[in-house]
Amino acid sequence: MIIEQIIANGILMGFIYALVSVGLSLTWGVMDIINFAHGEFLMLSMYTAFWMFSILAVDPLIALPVCTLLIFILGVLTYFGIIRRVINAPGLTALLATFGLSMFLKNLAQFLWTPNFRYINNSIVSGKTIEIGNIVIGMPQIVAAAASIIMTVAIMIFIDKTRTGKAIQATALNKNTAQLMGINTKKIYAITFGISGACVGVAGALMSTFFPIYPAAGALYSVLAFVSVALGGFGNIKGALFGGLIIGLAEALGGYMFGTQFKYAIVFLIYLIVIQVRPKGLFGW
Amino acid sequence: MKPLLEIKNITMKFGSLVANEDVSFTIHENEIVSLIGPNGAGKTTLFNCITGFYKPYCGNVIFDGKDITGMAPHKICRLGVTRTFQIVKTLNEMTVKENVMTGAFLHTNNRKKAEEIAEEILDITGLTPKKDVLGANLTIADRKRVEIARALATNPRILMLDECMAGLNQTEIKDVMSLCLKLKEKGLSLLIVEHIMEAIMPISDNIVVLNAGKKITEGPPQEVVNNEEVIKAYLGERYHAKSKKS
Amino acid sequence: MVRNKKILLIIIAILALIPIITKSKAVLNAVILLLIFATLGEAWNLITGFAGQTSFGHAAFFGIGAYTSAVLYYRYGITPWIGLILGGIIAAAVAAIMSYPCFKLKGHYFAVATLAVAEIIKQIFVSWKYVEGATGISIPIIPRSSDFIKRLFYLQFNEKTPWVYICLVMFTAVIILCSYLENSKMGYYLKAIRESHEVAESIGINPTNYKLYTMLISAFISAICGSIYAQYILYIDPFMMFSLDVSMKIVLLTVLGGVGNVFGPIIGASIFIPLSEFTRIKLGGSGTGVDLMIYGLLIILITCYQPKGVIGIVQKLAERSKKANIGGEGKIEATSGN
Repeated sequence: MIIEQIIANGILMGFIYALVSVGLSLTWGVMDIINFAHGEFLMLSMYTAFWMFSILAVDPLIALPVCTLLIFILGVLTYFGIIRRVINAPGLTALLATFGLSMFLKNLAQFLWTPNFRYINNSIVSGKTIEIGNIVIGMPQIVAAAASIIMTVAIMIFIDKTRTGKAIQATALNKNTAQLMGINTKKIYAITFGISGACVGVAGALMSTFFPIYPAAGALYSVLAFVSVALGGFGNIKGALFGGLIIGLAEALGGYMFGTQFKYAIVFLIYLIVIQVRPKGLFGW
Repeated sequence: MKPLLEIKNITMKFGSLVANEDVSFTIHENEIVSLIGPNGAGKTTLFNCITGFYKPYCGNVIFDGKDITGMAPHKICRLGVTRTFQIVKTLNEMTVKENVMTGAFLHTNNRKKAEEIAEEILDITGLTPKKDVLGANLTIADRKRVEIARALATNPRILMLDECMAGLNQTEIKDVMSLCLKLKEKGLSLLIVEHIMEAIMPISDNIVVLNAGKKITEGPPQEVVNNEEVIKAYLGERYHAKSKKS
Repeated sequence: MVRNKKILLIIIAILALIPIITKSKAVLNAVILLLIFATLGEAWNLITGFAGQTSFGHAAFFGIGAYTSAVLYYRYGITPWIGLILGGIIAAAVAAIMSYPCFKLKGHYFAVATLAVAEIIKQIFVSWKYVEGATGISIPIIPRSSDFIKRLFYLQFNEKTPWVYICLVMFTAVIILCSYLENSKMGYYLKAIRESHEVAESIGINPTNYKLYTMLISAFISAICGSIYAQYILYIDPFMMFSLDVSMKIVLLTVLGGVGNVFGPIIGASIFIPLSEFTRIKLGGSGTGVDLMIYGLLIILITCYQPKGVIGIVQKLAERSKKANIGGEGKIEATSGN
């Protein structure tokens, strides 16, 4: 494989990681909660796309809004059902609650749909490729990357420009002060969790066109998203975006240079190196 | 008297902001020196430079003939320079006695010994009745006292107090004043940052005045209060001019 | 102090009596796992509960311990007792290498770094031929007829009872060490570091050194647990030893038992290990994952309704009975003391 091809693949994958990481970064930055179930939300979105495809014959790209909405609702429900009760608990309790949720959802999927791998083989984008110079790129990846960019930019604009977005920022900086300024922080938290879910809702639907779908599909992405959020700096959306890109590239290049079995080891190693130079992540302060 | 702590030409910058500029003064053995100046004069920054929390941009800190500039804070403490914090940092999950014991462990590994030292310090600082109260449940006056006690437990030769009287009422201030004198009697040197003039005037041997990062004067209390520069710094140019006219 | 000693003796006595009361394999298996994970919890509690550095990577030390003793025995027939000590030393060395650069990181950055280290080690073991890579190692079994001394020497037993006592000895030693540390200079220093780095430094504590010592002890203990675990189940592979799930299991039972308290891990393990074993036996086996599903749900419920951990309930009850005993005076004491 030529190097340009590898870099292109890495960047495309990086945009998807970026979207997953942006979602995680939101809850992490705003509420200081590490959502261990983030990957399971992604997995559920993939399954939603899969079932819509195989039962209703709806293409994943058309099912995307449904997936997004569903996981958004799941996020909001998670906030009201679980997070609201543990957010003021000491130390690591909130984290364990989401860990329990992750375990529950993963095994619920296994219980309902067996651990078998499933694939969506004939969506609109399947099997098509685009050639740019001597780089060949699969259509599913291009569409996924493009949609990830759109979603990431949309979220950044939302956070930066809208009233709700500003309220989210204020809540992240200081919950009590935000409350004193008349912001309903409970509502903001619920929305944040919802948006975080919507991110993986989008990512899941897109990934279902070129990744196998199985109950443990999300677990890896949780861990990668932790690393990319920490790499970028907590609570920093731009950081999560670049963190995701770096991880996509590191995975592709590392896999090429040291063998695919080491690609994740390279990703984690890069985190450890970067964090030595910038102890609060690339964009942290 | 032998010089104990010499601050020589300390300059500290944060980016382009100069917090301390060419500050020098000396603290002799068994002497109480006060560091005064308006808010933002660079007093706490100077404290941080002396105790190793910041590495000064240039200049030297000499303690007992040894250059301690930029040494790690815990090493400086081990040599005998211990500080308190302006924003009190009581160890909330520990009792008062445990707070003090943590300091006492510096020169002993033995728990019993540390307890003995702590008891003694609690007695001096008048905290014995509250020794089993958790740090989190103390009043601000007691927190400041625990702060002093914990620092004292490390058996320093020079104790540096950063605004340990601010926010206290008259009686509590008197208590701290007499504590300072008691410590001086025991042979300690003190460097005190304080705003409350009536509290430090009677107890200080020497007063150093900082303004906008620079030392504007230094001398015995009576001299310093009558210094024009000091009045200007504290009361502002206009008031100074007015007071001169009348 | 004296009351704590009593509680400790009671716990140990109860656990020691279990093999005499019942020969049920399932129960004894649960007790063995409980003790191994309680010990791991103690190790984790040292670095996170006392020193305040959250580790999500303790599986790394656990796995290194397991692999050291297993590989030495599998390749060279060396007794696991040597492997156990050597595993501890290697794990401590790894801890030292990873800790020094990591300790300048704060909070979550440190946690993610430990997770990254554990994942890297897992990847290395997966593709390392010498340790049989992803296939894992089956520990060779000595003949059934061997006498007890030989079995003890090779740490392989026909029944579960000896395992209960070996694990109990290990746990007791570790909990005594931990409560000693808690009440020593080191314990005080660690608590000070956890609450405020600056205060610690201002009173002459070198935070990096003390955290490093703690990490070494913690890694050493975790590795011993790993060796014991490997000898007990006789098969290890990188995915089961180094997985995030193992690290999280340790976090889970310690936090829900009571973090920063020497009894936390044993309380947490006493609840969570039998619970997970019970759901596994009753509902697992079909491969549907329903057991873990229910387990996950229970974790959610406990965290939502008892967020301060089980020790919170115990303390509340103790306080209430104290108040009831002393009456009005006790109430004043309790309110001023807390």
